[in-house]
Amino acid sequence: MSLKSNLHNLKERYKGKKMAPAFNALHTFLYTPNETTHSGGHVRAVDDLKRTMNTVIMALVPVLIFGIFNAGYQHYAAVDAANGVIRQASLFGNFITWENFLMGAWTVLPLVIVSYVVGLVVEFIFAVIKGHEVEEGYLVTGMLVPLIVPIDTPLWMLAVAVVFGVVIGKEVFGGTGMNILNPALTIRAFLFFAYPTWMSGDKVWVHQAVEKAGGPDAISGETILGFLAQGRGSEMSYSISDMFFGFIPGSVGETSTLLILLGGLFLIFTKIASWRIMVSAVAGALVMGLIFNGATELGWIAETSKFYGLMSFEFWKHLLVGGLAFGIVYMATDPVTGSQTDKGKWIYGFFIGFISVMIRVFNPAYPEGVFLAILLMNVFAPTIDHYVVRANVNKRMKRLQASKDLAGGAHGKAKELKAETV
Amino acid sequence: MSKDIRIKKGLNINLIGEAEKITSKAVLSNVYAINLQDFHGITPKMLVKQGAEVKAGQPLFFNKDKEDMLFVSPVSGELVEVVRGARRRILTLKILADKSQEFVEHETIVPQNASTEEIKALLLKSGCWSFIKQRPYDIIANPDVTPKAIFISGYATSPLSADLDYILQGKEKELQAAIGALAKLTSGKVHVSVGKGSQSVLEAMSGIELHRVSGPHPAGLVGTQINKIDPINKGEVVWTVTPQDLVIIGELLLSGKFNAERIVALAGSSVKEPKYYVTKIGAEIATFLYASGVNTENFRLINGDVLTGSQTTPNGYLGYYNSTVTAIPEGDDYELFGWNKPVFDKISTTRSLTFSWLTPNKKYDLNTNTNGEHRAFVVTGMYEKVFPLDIYPLQLLKACMVKDLDEMEQLGLYEVAPEDFSLTEFICISKQPHQQIIREGLDLLYKEIG
Repeated sequence: MSLKSNLHNLKERYKGKKMAPAFNALHTFLYTPNETTHSGGHVRAVDDLKRTMNTVIMALVPVLIFGIFNAGYQHYAAVDAANGVIRQASLFGNFITWENFLMGAWTVLPLVIVSYVVGLVVEFIFAVIKGHEVEEGYLVTGMLVPLIVPIDTPLWMLAVAVVFGVVIGKEVFGGTGMNILNPALTIRAFLFFAYPTWMSGDKVWVHQAVEKAGGPDAISGETILGFLAQGRGSEMSYSISDMFFGFIPGSVGETSTLLILLGGLFLIFTKIASWRIMVSAVAGALVMGLIFNGATELGWIAETSKFYGLMSFEFWKHLLVGGLAFGIVYMATDPVTGSQTDKGKWIYGFFIGFISVMIRVFNPAYPEGVFLAILLMNVFAPTIDHYVVRANVNKRMKRLQASKDLAGGAHGKAKELKAETV
Repeated sequence: MSKDIRIKKGLNINLIGEAEKITSKAVLSNVYAINLQDFHGITPKMLVKQGAEVKAGQPLFFNKDKEDMLFVSPVSGELVEVVRGARRRILTLKILADKSQEFVEHETIVPQNASTEEIKALLLKSGCWSFIKQRPYDIIANPDVTPKAIFISGYATSPLSADLDYILQGKEKELQAAIGALAKLTSGKVHVSVGKGSQSVLEAMSGIELHRVSGPHPAGLVGTQINKIDPINKGEVVWTVTPQDLVIIGELLLSGKFNAERIVALAGSSVKEPKYYVTKIGAEIATFLYASGVNTENFRLINGDVLTGSQTTPNGYLGYYNSTVTAIPEGDDYELFGWNKPVFDKISTTRSLTFSWLTPNKKYDLNTNTNGEHRAFVVTGMYEKVFPLDIYPLQLLKACMVKDLDEMEQLGLYEVAPEDFSLTEFICISKQPHQQIIREGLDLLYKEIG
C-alpha cells in the first residue's frame, strides 16, 4: 500500500471526528485533497490559499536569511566597536561568514520556531474546537513575527504575545479572513505595549547588548532612528549603501531595503500583493517626509527642538531605515485587513505611508511608526471601502432616477402632485 | 447599423476537446425526459396522468402560479414515469417515444399581422414561453410584465460551448419569425449580439439592434451584454432568449408545431470524437455520447458547459436549455505537493509558480478537482479582473451570504444571474460556491420583494 492510499484510509477513518481538522491540516500539506466540484462550475483554477500563502513565504525567505547573517554581523560589529574598531561592511569580506551565520541562526531560528509552534498550536486547538479546517493565514503570520521583533526578544515574551495576537487578533473574530487587525502587527503591538522598557531603547537591537550593558565589555545597538530621535545623528557611521543593503541594526528582517524591494517586486509580479497599496504607501511616506523637510528648511522648527533630528532627515531616506519598507511590502498588503476595493487601496496605502512617517517623527517613546500606522489604517479600511462602494451604489441610484425621468414625464408629474397633496 | 462592445476584463478558458464542425444524426432515444430542475422556481401541476398517451407539443403540466403557462412534451409517446423526490416533489417526467411522431397542431401566426395578445397566448399554450427568461431573478419570464428590452446573445464564449454561428446556419427564417414576434412583446428594443468578425445569420435579421462583441469570456454572456448596453434598474425587467431556443419558437410560428429538435455540441477531453449531433430536448445522452466514444471510465458528464452546466450521467437526459454536453475527467485523486510545486498543466490567473500566463493560447485538459479546500474570503482584487460588470463582486457575494436585502439590491443583484459569477467562481482562491450564493440571494430577494 502506498503512502497515498494509507493516508486516504486514515482520512476516511477520521472523518466526522474531533481530530479531523488537525489530521487534514497535515494531510493537505503532503497532498492536495481528492475533493471534486459539487456546486456551480465543474472546473477550478489551480490557485488555492496554500499556494498564495506559500508565495508570500517565498518572498520572505531571502529577508530571513539576510536577517540571520545581519544578526551575527551586528553583534560582532558592536563588539568590535566597543573595542574601538570601526568596521566597514562588505558583503563577502565580513558579512557572509560562518561566524555570522552561526551566531544569527542561534538567535533568530528560536524566534521562528517559537512563533510557528505556539501560533499553530493555538490555530489547531481552535480548529478542533470549532470544527473547521485549519486555515493557512498563520503560515505567513508565523514567518512575519520573528522578522519584526528585536533580536533579543525573550522567547517567553514572544510566546505570550503570539497567543494574545492569534486569539484576540484573529480567532475571536472567526479566524483567517474575518480579522480586523493584522495578527502579526497585533503581536508586535502587544510586545511593545506590554513590555515597553524591554522593547524600546538602544539595547535590544543587537544580540547580547542587554546582557552586557553596564559591564566592562558593554556594546551599543542603537538604530538609526534612535540616533536621530535623540539628536545624535552626527554620531552615526552608516552610509546610504549600508542602509540600502541592510548592514544596520534593527528588527530581524526589516533592515535590507534591497531584498524587501526584490520581495515586493516578486509579489507584484506573481499578482499576490497589491501594487496599488505599495506605490501609494511609498508616495504617502515621501509626501510626509517632504512636508517635514520643508518645515525645517523654512526654519519653523528650531535646531534645538527634539523633533529636529528626525524632521530634517532627508525625506527619501525614511524608506531606507526602520521598518517602513518591510511594513509597506509585507504587512500593508495583507488583503484581509486592508482595503478591498481598488480605489480604496490607493487611499489606504497613501495614509499608511503618510502616518508612518508622522508617528515616527512625533512618537516620544519609540522612534518608529509603521506598525501603529498600519494598525490604525486596518481599523479605517472598512470605512474607506464603505465610501468607495457607496459611490457605485449612488451611480446605480442616479441611473435609476434618470431612467424614471426618461420613461414618463407625465407619470413623474403625477407622483410630484401626489407628494404635494400629501 | 451595429454598435461595438469591447470587453477587456475576463478570461478565456481554453480546453481540449472542442467539438469538430461535423453534424451527425443521433440515434433516436427510446425515452425522453423533462427534468423539472431546469425550470427554476416553477411549481408544476400535472395535466396528464402516468400512463397517458401524449402528442409532441401536448401540455404535460402547468405553472401553479401562472396557470396559462404550459410545459409540453418534446415527443409523442406514453408518459411512462413520474419520478418524485422528497415530499412527493416531481423531479422528472419520462416519456416512452412512439415510432411515428404526432404533433399538436397550433395555428400559424405571421408576427407582423398579429397582436401582442395573440402572440403571447400562442407562446404560452404551445410551451414556447418556457424559453423566455427574465432578469431580475433569472427565472422564466412573467408574461404579465412588459420588458423594457429583450436580449439575445449570439456569441458563445463559454469554454467548449456550441458554436452558435455553426448551429444556426440555415435557420434564418425561424430566427426572423421569432424575433419579429418577440419585438411585439417589448416596449423597447430587441438587442442581438454577434461575435465581432464572425459569420452569424443573426446579422441579417431585421427589427433588431445589432451589437458586435469582442473580448474574452464572459463577453458572450447575456448578463455582460445587458450591463454594457442597457443595465437593469430596480423595478425594470428584461427578457433573454438563447438563439437555439429562438429557432424552436420560430418553427412554431411558421409551422404551428413544437419541434424539440436541436443541434448539440458534444465536447470535452474525455470524448474521443467531439462533434455535433442532431437530437431532441430530453433525449438520453447515451444515444450520442457512445457514438463518439469516451476515452476514460472515470469522467464527469455535464449538461451544459463546464462553468454553468449541471452534472448528469450517460443515462441522464439532455437538459431543456442546453446545446452543449461536456465530458471531462473526474479529478478525485490526490496530488503530491500540489499546493507548492510549479504547475504547467492547469489554468491560473496569478503567477505564483503557475505558468499558464506564459501560454495564453494553450489548450488545457482540466479535471473536476477543486485544487484546494474551501476557505473564507481572503484575497481581494482578483475577481474584478475577470468581472466586466459595473458591480463590486466580492461585496455583492458577501451581502448575499449575510442576507442583507438592502445591500443586495443596492449593489446590483437585480442585474446578475448565477452564470455571471461563474468566472469569479473558477478563479476563486477560497473555492467559494459563488453561483450557489448568488442563486440563493436571488431566491431570497424574489421571496421577500418579488
